[in-house]
Amino acid sequence: MNNRRMNMMRAIWMAALLAGLAACSSNPADEQSPAAVEDRTGKAASGPSTGQVAKVDVTNQALAGVDPAVKTGALAQRSIFYDLDQYDIKDQYKPLVEAHAKYLREHPGRKMLIQGNTDERGSREYNIGLGQRRSDGVKKMLILLGAKEDQVESVSLGEEKPRSEGHDESAWAQNRRSDILYQGEY
Amino acid sequence: MNIIAPMRNLLAVLLLCFAAAANAQLSIEITGAGAQRIPIAIVPFAGEGALAQGGASISAIVRADLERSGLLRGIEVPPLAPPPTETSPVNFAEWRARQADALVLGSVAARPDGRFEVRFKLFDTVKSADLSGVAYTLSGAQARATAHRIADFVYEKLTGEKGVFSTRIAYVVKRGNRFELQIADADGAGAETALASFEPIVSPAWSPDGRRLAYVSFQQKKPIVYVQDIAAGKQSVVANFKGSNSAPAWSPDGTKLAVSLSREGGSQIYLINPDGSNVRRLTQSGGIDTEPVFSPDGQTLYFTSDRGGSPQIYRMPASGGEAQRMTFEGSYNVTPRVSPDGRMLAYIRRNNGKFQVATLDLASRQIQVLTDSDKDESPSFAPNGRMILLATISGGRGVLSAVSADGRIKQRLSVAAGDVREPAWGPYTR
Repeated sequence: MNNRRMNMMRAIWMAALLAGLAACSSNPADEQSPAAVEDRTGKAASGPSTGQVAKVDVTNQALAGVDPAVKTGALAQRSIFYDLDQYDIKDQYKPLVEAHAKYLREHPGRKMLIQGNTDERGSREYNIGLGQRRSDGVKKMLILLGAKEDQVESVSLGEEKPRSEGHDESAWAQNRRSDILYQGEY
Repeated sequence: MNIIAPMRNLLAVLLLCFAAAANAQLSIEITGAGAQRIPIAIVPFAGEGALAQGGASISAIVRADLERSGLLRGIEVPPLAPPPTETSPVNFAEWRARQADALVLGSVAARPDGRFEVRFKLFDTVKSADLSGVAYTLSGAQARATAHRIADFVYEKLTGEKGVFSTRIAYVVKRGNRFELQIADADGAGAETALASFEPIVSPAWSPDGRRLAYVSFQQKKPIVYVQDIAAGKQSVVANFKGSNSAPAWSPDGTKLAVSLSREGGSQIYLINPDGSNVRRLTQSGGIDTEPVFSPDGQTLYFTSDRGGSPQIYRMPASGGEAQRMTFEGSYNVTPRVSPDGRMLAYIRRNNGKFQVATLDLASRQIQVLTDSDKDESPSFAPNGRMILLATISGGRGVLSAVSADGRIKQRLSVAAGDVREPAWGPYTR
């Protein structure tokens, strides 16, 4: 966490430095009135030119440790797959959800993130909504099985993080899923 | 102005820029042009070699801009000696004989202070009329921006419509596992990276003053809405509530954003201030409510909802209240965008498994499908309403494409070695 904050601070300082440089180099032009052409004094020809965009770089974030217990046995099973346009948890995945609910019951201080995913077809934003419906369904079942509300957050990655990069039904079936992540893994 | 040009004239406009992020350069190809294009002679400006940036002269950039609009056509100009300038006497009959309906003459002069002076004049050769011109003082680095200003001037004088050559576009490039939110001139030149991340970035939205971008970044492993000050490179969180935070849209006065949040279960539309304060829930449906967008007068919100069983476009008062369904044809109509004059929606509709850009005339309720591609996403109007920028797939890669609101003019913008998506056309800068 501290590490992340330091990286963030570094990024902000870099950005501020770049912004300072950009300000130096973008000296707006002015228009003046020669004999033959219209006078537009006061209006600058600055417009879009390079050097006005300062970059934020978040490609170097680090994560804290994970409880090794969640990487073994039944808890190593982390994905629930869905049929097209479906959000309910198929029977074959119910033992998986039950195992994770048991862990959360027994470790009330541990937290979990559920990421809902969709296949690539259609609107990215609407797919965020569809993925949310999937992760909300998993969260609901975990809570019914005794996990506490504040232990579980359900979010959506929409179509943005496909497990398979293919463009056919077998790829899409891999991508219609919910993934379970434990504290330290996100 | 009555010379008929071929309907489907294929013009390859070479990429013109050499910014630091050269491998991110967008190149633009015009794949369909208007039926009647105004023939214009843009004579190389006397002395413009002093300002040429990597080979692209001011007159060449002006010509490329005007041709890209699909409404004008540059004619070849033979070498003239001595080179005419904006002060030279114009033989209109001679230019008419060269088939030019309009003529641009100009000059570039170096100033003692190291800056430059660019002057130009536009002439209507048919009416033998001087349509006036402008003089600019600029640094060498502003040559391209100045060329876009000249193109805007010429375009507005000849078409009666404001030009968008000086505006900017934002889009996301995915290269391997790296995502970059980039900003470029409207012609794809001068691309700069505003945000780089190993997690996805979607839904960039320009603030009305063009100084900030709202977007959704997954850099914390979930969708969070941020606003970034473009010049300062300062990213700040707008909405990071439990659950998903997405689909930001600015109100026309820039004082608030409409967003889709799942913090109370399900995806619902809220208003929030750009600093994250004053969160107000607007919709109360059991379905997914997302992709809100304000009408230009700020009074109405259009959005996508599947409350009726399939995703369709609805509208409601911007303060909340009863929603009215807008689309009825087909089972998938999403991503509404309102034209700058408020009269039309552009949106994505699914038809036989193909996702295409369509427009809905809000008065007549007439629908027009504008594209024949099959994976279109994220339409975005140019600030003058003439063109619609969109993302599509071509040759297995994400590319940007643009289509005129009447469907006649088409362009493709692609970037070397990467997927381009999520375009957003920025506002006029003044």
